Amino acid sequence: MHRLKWSERVGQSLNAVVLGLLAVVMFFPLYYVFVVSFTDPGEYLQKKIVLFPEHWSVEAYTYLLSTPAFARSLGNSAFLATVGTVCSLAVSSSLAYALSQKRFQFRKILMFLIVLTILFSPGIIPNYLLVRELGLINNIWALILPALANGWTVLLMKNFFDSLPAEISEAASIDGCSAIRTWYTIVLPLSMPALAAFGLFFAVGYWNQFFAALLYLNDSAKWPIQVLLQNMLLNASNIDLVAPGQQMETPPTEMLKMAAIIVAILPVLIVYPFIQKHFAKGALIGSVKG
Amino acid sequence: MNTVKGKQTSARSKWLNLLSALRRDQSLYLLALPGILFFLVFKYIPMWGIIIAFQDYSPFRGIQGSEWVGLQHFTELFANPDFALLFRNTLAISLLNLILFFPFPILISLGLNELRSVAYKRLIQTIIYMPHFLSWVIIAGLTLLLFAKGTGLINELFTLWGWPRVDILTNPDSFWVMVTLQAMWKEAGWGTIVFLAAMASVDTQLYEAARMDGAGRLRQIWHITLPAIRSVIIVLLILRLGDIMEVGFEQIFLMYNGAVSEVAEVFDTYVYRTGIEQGDFSYSTAVGLFKSVIGLVLVVVANRVVKRMGQEGVY
Repeated sequence: MHRLKWSERVGQSLNAVVLGLLAVVMFFPLYYVFVVSFTDPGEYLQKKIVLFPEHWSVEAYTYLLSTPAFARSLGNSAFLATVGTVCSLAVSSSLAYALSQKRFQFRKILMFLIVLTILFSPGIIPNYLLVRELGLINNIWALILPALANGWTVLLMKNFFDSLPAEISEAASIDGCSAIRTWYTIVLPLSMPALAAFGLFFAVGYWNQFFAALLYLNDSAKWPIQVLLQNMLLNASNIDLVAPGQQMETPPTEMLKMAAIIVAILPVLIVYPFIQKHFAKGALIGSVKG
Repeated sequence: MNTVKGKQTSARSKWLNLLSALRRDQSLYLLALPGILFFLVFKYIPMWGIIIAFQDYSPFRGIQGSEWVGLQHFTELFANPDFALLFRNTLAISLLNLILFFPFPILISLGLNELRSVAYKRLIQTIIYMPHFLSWVIIAGLTLLLFAKGTGLINELFTLWGWPRVDILTNPDSFWVMVTLQAMWKEAGWGTIVFLAAMASVDTQLYEAARMDGAGRLRQIWHITLPAIRSVIIVLLILRLGDIMEVGFEQIFLMYNGAVSEVAEVFDTYVYRTGIEQGDFSYSTAVGLFKSVIGLVLVVVANRVVKRMGQEGVY
């Protein structure tokens, strides 16, 4: 290792400090919301600005989770994220695997048609009319079925399956294994890291889904968490957030909002560390060669 | 086996081959079926639905029964004074993105690449990737909690210091810059992934050699690191140019308020308002189609340019 010159050391420290500041700016909003949501309501009302609370409290959370509307929308989102992700992975990976097999007769034309859907979208209204014609308005499946697959994911998955040795599928088919069985019992288990990355993207997509829910679900009992959040945070309506019996004193609205934000990002925070090493790879599959 | 003679027999044998292939690999085609059905129903039927842009679509009569009006909705759009406004807002937000947002991940990547401590680099990456996974609803909510004129943290701080309160969220002058900064906060960290990957593939011997020749860090960045990521930069830049009609719809929709409508209405929000809220399906489909066609042309042109420059295109 060669010794660093003085100017280089200054440059390096400066770089480290600037990047550190950037990370602080990115992290601060989340930190602030987290801390305030756990502050004692009395202390927050008195100080208005709390960076290091003296008295902690989970009052905002107990209030929030005791309201039927909030708990219900969390359940709706959990359903969306789990069922949606499993269905999406199944539909996308089966198509992508089939397209990666050389003996598939129509692969060229199908690939072209899939790329076309990336380049050109018919817009909001034709999609809305289709969902309406299918009778899916006010049905939670309206958020899953149209989002099952997309051109990009299928392309990336196909690229990934292309990179698996072709001998695996060939050997299996010589042993009399059908394509469906090969896909299910051999290819999928081999692709676990990639599936984890794609699964994370699908799951986050479903968990964060807002616009489709706004379009297709009028019944507030079916709302996922994001639509409830929009009403709470941006429309400032707390109509649905009344705890049964009202024995509790309502914590300040600001605190409820912050607690709601923390609850809504909790699932992401929980899976994040487990999948972090996979997702960079997932984001890169097919985008940079070499 | 068929002996192939003349066009007819060859066409027939092709069919027979296809049929036998289909039968032999039944399970392969069965595997692809759900995915193909999905693309047919949810991607291609809506494309057919575009024809209502050329009709006076009535939900009761359906596409078959509705009256044809040709290009009437398009001429209506171009004659509408809203049109210039939509165009201006969409372009302004896109261009600000290009100038402020685009170079930012490149700068961060250069910085991260220079860090010596692997642990510190990991820590920073973990933090700056995070906002990518938050929904626009949450980010709009965070923005409100920090910047609202009444109870936002920034304004509480300003009051504490005796400064006047500032109005950021309902101010037409700051709207464009605010949404650009917001998008940078969410996506800039995530945007570094692709550049860092390109930098990681640089041969370290190049740096050694440069150091032997007396090149400092800045010269090494200029002559080795930047050329190494040039092709990625060019591809992403031109893709971005092709995407100029796209602005983050959910973001704009959520940050939209009456006070900033003059600067915040873009094509997508306009489609939502005229179509879903006012029920003018045909007119709003025409607006959406106009936007999509311009977008398609831009992508195709951009891809040509990339290929002409000797780079690998997007398709």
